[in-house]
Amino acid sequence: MEAEAAKLIGAGLASIPLAGAGVGLGLIFGNFLSGAFRNPSAAAQNQPTMLLAFALTEFTGLLGFAIAMIILYTF
Amino acid sequence: MAGLNFIIDRMLTPYAAGPMEQFEILPIVRLDFAGVDISLTNSSVWMLIGTGAIILFFAMATRRAGLIPGRAQSTAEVLYEFVSDLVRDTIGTEGRKFFPYVFTLFLWILISNLFGLIPSLPGTPAEAHTFTPTSHLIVTLALAMTTIMIVIIYGFWKNGLKFFKLFAPSGVPLWLMPILVPVEVISFLSRPLSLAIRLFANMFAGHVILKLFAGFVVSLLAADGAIKLFGIAPFLGAIAVTALEFLVAALQAYVFAVLTCIYLSDAAHASDH
Repeated sequence: MEAEAAKLIGAGLASIPLAGAGVGLGLIFGNFLSGAFRNPSAAAQNQPTMLLAFALTEFTGLLGFAIAMIILYTF
Repeated sequence: MAGLNFIIDRMLTPYAAGPMEQFEILPIVRLDFAGVDISLTNSSVWMLIGTGAIILFFAMATRRAGLIPGRAQSTAEVLYEFVSDLVRDTIGTEGRKFFPYVFTLFLWILISNLFGLIPSLPGTPAEAHTFTPTSHLIVTLALAMTTIMIVIIYGFWKNGLKFFKLFAPSGVPLWLMPILVPVEVISFLSRPLSLAIRLFANMFAGHVILKLFAGFVVSLLAADGAIKLFGIAPFLGAIAVTALEFLVAALQAYVFAVLTCIYLSDAAHASDH
C-alpha cells in the first residue's frame, strides 16, 4: 500500500473514538438532566461534578482527534 | 471590495498555510548559552505576558482594598474564594498550604488558555500572532510533573513508607492484592501523562478546529461568484467554536486544578485508610 493512502486511512481510523465520546457525553448530560428533573433542588450542587465528567469524557474524543491530526500533518 | 480582496490576499499568502502553523515556535530574540539554544520565543513571550497580566491584575485589585469591593476587587475575591473552596472541599484544612500552588496553577492555565482566543490582525508577522502556551505538550507535561513531584515528595514526607498504602487500599481481600496493586501502580504512574495530555489535547484540538473553520471561510471567499455566499456557514461555525472554546478554556483550568487537589489529597491522607 502506498504510504500516503495508509496515512489517510490511519487518520480516518483515529477519528473512531469520537463515536465513544459522543455516546459518553450523551449519557452524562442525559443522566444529569433526568436526575435534575426528579430532584431540582439538588441539581445546582452536582453541576461541578457533571462538568468534570464532561471534561474527562471529552478528552477521549480529543485524543483521537489529536492522533488523527498528528498522523496527517507530522508524518 | 478592493480592501476585502487585499485582506483575502494577505490571508492567503504565507500566513494561512494550514491549521498547524499557529503552533510553530518562532525565535524573537536569538540567544545562545554555551551551545544551548535559549532564544526568547513567541511561546515564552506569551508566558511572560500571562504571568505579568496576573501579577498586574492582582496588584491593581488589592491596591486599595476596601470593605466594599470595587469591580476589580470583586473579581479577584471571586477567583480567590472559588479556588479556596475547591482546596478546602477536596483536601480539607490541611490543604491550606497547597492553596498558593493550586491558585497559581489555575490562574496561569486559565490565562494561557484564553490567550489563544484573541484573534490576530491579518497581515501581522507570524511572530506577533497570539499564541497559546498550553497548546504544547512540553509545557503541560512540565506542569503535570511538578504536581506529581509535589505529591510524591509530600506523600513520603508526611506518611513515610505508609505512603505505599495508596496502592493497597484497606478492606480488600488478600487474594485480590496481586491483581489490584499493579493496577493501582499503573494508574498512579499514568497520572502525570493523563493530566498533561488532557490539557494539551483540548487546547490543541480546539484551536485546530477553529482555524479549520476560519480556513474554510477564506477559501470560500476566494471562490468565484455566488459560491462566496456559502462562506457564511463556516463563519457561523467558527463563532460557535469560539464560544465553546471559552467554555473549554475555563473548564480545563478548573479540571487541572481539581485533579491536582484530588492527587494532593491522596498524598495527604494515604495512611488514613
